[in-house]
Amino acid sequence: MRPLIQLRDVWKLYHLGDVEVRALRGVSLDIRAGEFLAIVGASGSGKSTCMNLIGCLDQPTRGTYRLADASTLSVDERAAIRSRRIGFVFQNFNLLGRSTALENVALPMIYANVPFAEQRRRATELLAEVGLRGREHHLPSQLSGGQQQRVAIARALANRPSVLLADEPTGNLDTQSSAEIMDLFLRLRREQRITIVLVTHEADIAEYTERIITFRDGRIVSDVPHAPSRLAREAAQA
Amino acid sequence: MNILWMTVVTALRALRRNLLRSTLTMLGVIIGVAAVVTMVSVGRGADAAVQQQIQSLGNNLLMIIPGATTANGVRSGWGAASTLTVADASAITRDCPALAELTWMKRQLVQVVYGNQNWSTSAQGVTPAYPQVRTWPVAAGRFFDEKDEAGATPVALLGQTVVDHLFEPGEDPIGATIRVKNVPFEVIGILARKGQTGWGQDQDDVVVMPFSTAERRVLGTQILGTVDMIFASTATADAIPEAEQQIRALLHERHRIPAGQDDDFTARDLNEIADASKSASEVMTNLLLSVASVSLLVGGIGIMNIMLVSVTERTREIGVRLAVGARTRHILFQFLVEATALSLVGGAAGVVLGIGATRLIARLAEWPTLLSMPAAVGAFLVAGAIGIFFGFYPARRAARLDPIAALRYE
Repeated sequence: MRPLIQLRDVWKLYHLGDVEVRALRGVSLDIRAGEFLAIVGASGSGKSTCMNLIGCLDQPTRGTYRLADASTLSVDERAAIRSRRIGFVFQNFNLLGRSTALENVALPMIYANVPFAEQRRRATELLAEVGLRGREHHLPSQLSGGQQQRVAIARALANRPSVLLADEPTGNLDTQSSAEIMDLFLRLRREQRITIVLVTHEADIAEYTERIITFRDGRIVSDVPHAPSRLAREAAQA
Repeated sequence: MNILWMTVVTALRALRRNLLRSTLTMLGVIIGVAAVVTMVSVGRGADAAVQQQIQSLGNNLLMIIPGATTANGVRSGWGAASTLTVADASAITRDCPALAELTWMKRQLVQVVYGNQNWSTSAQGVTPAYPQVRTWPVAAGRFFDEKDEAGATPVALLGQTVVDHLFEPGEDPIGATIRVKNVPFEVIGILARKGQTGWGQDQDDVVVMPFSTAERRVLGTQILGTVDMIFASTATADAIPEAEQQIRALLHERHRIPAGQDDDFTARDLNEIADASKSASEVMTNLLLSVASVSLLVGGIGIMNIMLVSVTERTREIGVRLAVGARTRHILFQFLVEATALSLVGGAAGVVLGIGATRLIARLAEWPTLLSMPAAVGAFLVAGAIGIFFGFYPARRAARLDPIAALRYE
């Protein structure tokens, strides 16, 4: 089976003044549809850069990146791919502070030309799915951190993406909320067969996944299949 | 359509969120548009008033005045030279077929006394055709006739201003005896109120009497038979140029003025004066309009400034929107709509304010005003265009943000 995502000898170079920063140094990676994997590594190891590339927020300096059959090109073509095929979940949630939960979830659908009534319907449905029924008209400031991250996950799912990219999704959450968010990811994967790429530096979060890729100094130093922990397995089956 | 609607809603919400800031930003546009609307209204009102006056004076009227106003070297000026005569007037009546009617006038500043009241005014000796030629009806009493003219009868008609100054309110001046330069006159009529001329002279401040009476009894002129002004009316305004040509030709011949030499008279029609007055008010209006335009420009710069602030403030939001799939054009459009909404709301408020200011000016300063719908619509559209023009740079800046940098922005 052809991988959903394919990176081949990808380099990413930045220039900070006169200094050349080599964020990625020849990364090759295949991700199959339906995988749940974690990218781990110290800060500055290139894991976030790699995720930005996978998420079409950025382009490689060298090497090729393919998402299914699309090899990305222009700014707007990348935006179109983000719109239809990728859902982002951020560490700091990145919700629009003055928009309600429902409006936040509907946001990606606006840019995908979904009719208004359908936006409302689907956003309501998604909020129910992440356990926020009845909170549709709350502002982010009226929700707890865990609830805000659920809104963000619902938003990421709005246009039925094939990949969910989560950058430290539990980084700002307490243990209890973190576990709930990870359970939600497991359930989404089980029920919707969605591909989830998790960037984290927390080992116990990576434990939930089936494959752990470790970055160091812009290179992949290990890529190992992983048996989800008993706790995670239980959550996955529950 | 969907995106368009959402964008407009988002933009209006963003503006309402910072209501004070939005209002202050709009102020420049509001003042600019209001100024344009007001200036055009006042200018058009003045124009219309002049036109109306010309109509009331008669746009088929020619005035011939002794002495030239255009000259090289020193000239004695209007009316000072006694170059026009009754004989000229008679000749014009006889030989210029383009004319309908003709009257002539001699005038002087005199002291008029009634009882213990006195008033300095212009005494005008005219012929009985005067009311017809000048389309100036008699309000009460009668005008003098050929018999009065032939007999140099001491009768007079008063303008409203003179009535107001000599007589008590409610007192009937007709039949009263007034003294003009110590000569007793019987008041036989009152002229209808005529108002000011286009150049601000009170036409009602006048005592009108038969030409012969004026010449022989009051003005004591050194040379008999000279006149200060000839009024000639044509059947229609279109006949004015032809009549003027005939009069010029006749007077050149009678005064033996060779071709190429300055005239010793001036013929002017009121349209000329109207045009002059109109172009003067146009200059004024254009001047004020350019000041108003500067205000619009400043307003536009204000919008650009606040939009740049807004883009910076909302960098993170832009990052989020880009991450969830907004195209550059969506972001561009969002901020353009916001800037345009600012300027259009400002423009609408400016139009309302301008109409209000125009009404206020009409009431308080008693200036004639005429609201101009095209000017209001035009100013509103220009405001919108300014929003788009000055909103474009900030919007493009927003649209070109790098999503990663925008998401990381603190």
